[in-house]
Amino acid sequence: MAHPTAHEHEAGHPTPGTYAKIGLFLFILTALEVGLYEITYGEHAGAFGHEIQPFFVPLLLALSAVKFALVAMFYMHLKQDSRLFSGVFVFPIIIAAVIIFSLMVLMAYHWAFAASGG
Amino acid sequence: MSDHAPALETSTGLDSRKLAIWTFIGSECLFFATLISNYLVHKQQWLTGPGPFPHEVWTDPATGKVLEPIIEIPLVTVGTALLLFSSLFIVLALYGAQKGRRGMLLGWLGATILCGLFFVGMQVYEFTHFVHKGLTLQRNMFGASFFVLTGFHGTHVTIGVIWLITMFILALRKQLPSTRSLNLEIAALYWHFVDVVWVVIFPVVYLIK
Amino acid sequence: MATTVLGHEQTLPAHGAKTGLWSWITTVDHKRIGILYGATAFFFFLLGGLEALLIRIQLAKPDNNFLSPEAYNQLFTMHGTSMIFLAIMPLSAMFFNFMIPLQIGARDVAFPRLNAFSYWVFLLGGLYLNVSWLFGAAPDAGWFGYANLTSKQFSPGLNVDFWVIGLQILGVSSLAAAVNFFTTVLNLRAPGMRLMWMPIFTWMSFITQILLLLAFPVITVALILLMFDRFFGTGFYVPAAGGDPLLWQHLFWIFGHPEVYILILPAFGIISEVLPVFSRKPLFGYAAMVFSGIFIAFLGFGVWSHHMFATGMGPIADTYFSLATMLIAIPTGVKIFNWLGTIWGGSLQYKTPLYFALGFIAMFIIGGLSGVMHASPPADLQQTDTYFIVAHFHYVMFGGSIFGLTAGAYYWWPKIFGRMLDEGLGKLHFWLMLIGFNLTFFPMHIVGLLGMPRRTYTYPAALGFDTLNLVETVGAFILMVAFLVFIYNVIKTTRGPRNAPADPWNGATLEWSIPSPPPEWNFGQTPQVHSRDPLWETKRARGGPLPEPSPGTGAGIHIPNPSYWPVVSAIGVTAIFASLMMAHKTGYWGVIVAVSILFFGLYNWLFEKGYSEFTTEH
Repeated sequence: MAHPTAHEHEAGHPTPGTYAKIGLFLFILTALEVGLYEITYGEHAGAFGHEIQPFFVPLLLALSAVKFALVAMFYMHLKQDSRLFSGVFVFPIIIAAVIIFSLMVLMAYHWAFAASGG
Repeated sequence: MSDHAPALETSTGLDSRKLAIWTFIGSECLFFATLISNYLVHKQQWLTGPGPFPHEVWTDPATGKVLEPIIEIPLVTVGTALLLFSSLFIVLALYGAQKGRRGMLLGWLGATILCGLFFVGMQVYEFTHFVHKGLTLQRNMFGASFFVLTGFHGTHVTIGVIWLITMFILALRKQLPSTRSLNLEIAALYWHFVDVVWVVIFPVVYLIK
Repeated sequence: MATTVLGHEQTLPAHGAKTGLWSWITTVDHKRIGILYGATAFFFFLLGGLEALLIRIQLAKPDNNFLSPEAYNQLFTMHGTSMIFLAIMPLSAMFFNFMIPLQIGARDVAFPRLNAFSYWVFLLGGLYLNVSWLFGAAPDAGWFGYANLTSKQFSPGLNVDFWVIGLQILGVSSLAAAVNFFTTVLNLRAPGMRLMWMPIFTWMSFITQILLLLAFPVITVALILLMFDRFFGTGFYVPAAGGDPLLWQHLFWIFGHPEVYILILPAFGIISEVLPVFSRKPLFGYAAMVFSGIFIAFLGFGVWSHHMFATGMGPIADTYFSLATMLIAIPTGVKIFNWLGTIWGGSLQYKTPLYFALGFIAMFIIGGLSGVMHASPPADLQQTDTYFIVAHFHYVMFGGSIFGLTAGAYYWWPKIFGRMLDEGLGKLHFWLMLIGFNLTFFPMHIVGLLGMPRRTYTYPAALGFDTLNLVETVGAFILMVAFLVFIYNVIKTTRGPRNAPADPWNGATLEWSIPSPPPEWNFGQTPQVHSRDPLWETKRARGGPLPEPSPGTGAGIHIPNPSYWPVVSAIGVTAIFASLMMAHKTGYWGVIVAVSILFFGLYNWLFEKGYSEFTTEH
């Protein structure tokens, strides 16, 4: 059976079992995200939900970040592949994060500034 | 670009097409980041407009009619899970392609396509459902931002599904042997990217008030 | 990349016809695509220049009525849009296309058909933008299209629609080309050419591709949101709907500032090639030049709101953006000192490319100085929206980019066309351009500080701008003469013999090691690179100039086949956007047809015989 030529695949290539385990992880993390939402804001949310409201967004974003990293590193093979691919992916994400953050801050400040009479 | 040359003589040792798809994906990160920025920026202001709203109840001041929050978490969660599983399925299909196991390739690729189709179907259902409930592009800033963001994502998913169906047909015609598995890997990278964007959109749009 | 000659029985290296319109339409050869870019861009440059002359006629005297206000708005909008998107960027693309593969020792770019596609989309996008003139509805809201002037409420006509759609089409071209050149530079370098041994033009162009990849998606979204506002009734930039015009400015300038570095970095690269060759001395501080280019490019993503000091962002934002902008002056200064360091102690060849390179340095310094002045918010509050800003950006874009691109044209003309441009006419061109340029734009500093506002079709006599405006108009016509001299030079030398040597200037880089013009396959044998400035290294080892290279037969060398699928796909892309624009009048059938054309073109492209391993025949 012919092997793919000159690829990085041979060493440390994940097995279907590994992929399935990651898939299970992703499902659990998604369930956690939704569960977190239900606990905090859901119809049956209680006092505990109220307590953790300030932590909701950071926790949720952390869960998403883990999912993102799992798909990128294992399914997209960034962990095994050349670091150039990781660079080509991660660098724009950093710029993207800076833009998202800057725009939110600048526009919020702008609206507050305008609302207060400018 | 001809694929007759056996070994990779590129300066990096990496296939140019794989490098190109990663480059394109990097650029697309900025595209979706800007759409997400737009959503988040407008989110700060949209309760000033008329409803319906995603998580909040709205009472129409003119008629007194009460509009419930429009987001339905269970449906979207199913869609999210489907998309995540489709990433698993396609990586299994790719494994099959690389090992020359055509049955494995066809089976898992078919499953991926089905998940993708279901996801698109869910989005179409959700969009028509929202419109029914009075949320249109023009209704309020949530409608505008939501439909543009998820609509463009959905368009990317649809293009991905068409791409994968093409790969499936090639595999059926025995034109996707292990020596050409890179072609599926490239399609899979695009597919994973589309999934990963949803991993960001799902909490930001659906779970964060 | 085969290098061995396998014998005469092999198929001829060049496939298909070599002459005639069809060979140009189906070409995937980077050299031909480069020439197509150059010719098209030069045409649009002349069109933009004509628009400028009309503006200058209108402004030559106060209270003039040569142009109506509406016509004036269309002219300055199209002048800016054309010069940026249809002239400077594609003129740079001409050099990316022709020179990058040659400088890195490659046969072509990584994706030749994608390269052709980029050109055809550019051509169609440029034509689309200009077809608006025929509708009497050229874009008229400025090249930066500020909201909410661009809203349906305040711009109900087709003008802004043409602009939104035209720019989207051009964006596809730029993005495709950026993926292509990014991959090419990383993957197709000759053996031994490590990144820090690449020619500096290739480096600056490489950084430019990264900027294109990161910046264009942002304006694409900004335009999409505007398109939705105009066509589908959303309110992203409409205050009454909860939107905000300021969002447009942020999104536009997040693109717009990196865009100006996209416009200048290739010129920086060209100057960094020309100065060493014409000073007969290696570039001073190569590493510093590379890293300063990288630093400028990425810092360029952090300064965008210096275009918005007058919008009331608040003192903290103003301060941050002011400091970041001033910081960019540092790596730019490094470059200028390194250019001077290159010339210093050199044995100068006083040829036309050097003249334009020296002119570039002087003009760019002036433009940079006014730029640093704008970086201070209090100063900028006086300067913004006046001709002081117009002076600044023309000094950096014309005095910078255009002088740089012109230097590149004279420098690389023999390589591209096999003919030397006339030196006497070249120097005449230079002096006319230098004088005309300074006469046109220097007084703008003064009238700007006196208060002459931008984008206003006339001015009253009492304000005291008249004399200087007249001087500026005279300068603009001198510039016109300068370009006529250049065109005459081109025509005259094209009629002459095609006898340029391979290496007329004693160049340092690989493009000068092959004949002028190069054969279709570029290099008979893949070069082996052992140092920076590989050709100087080779000549030094040899103890003298190299013999005139023979083109060779190219036998056994595989050349990509020509293809018309890039053209078809380009038509599909343009048709999608055009039909979107018409859809709210004609319905969405046009979009469906256009998408079908695109899919038809793409599928045939992907499964093309001789290219794809998916076809059953090989």
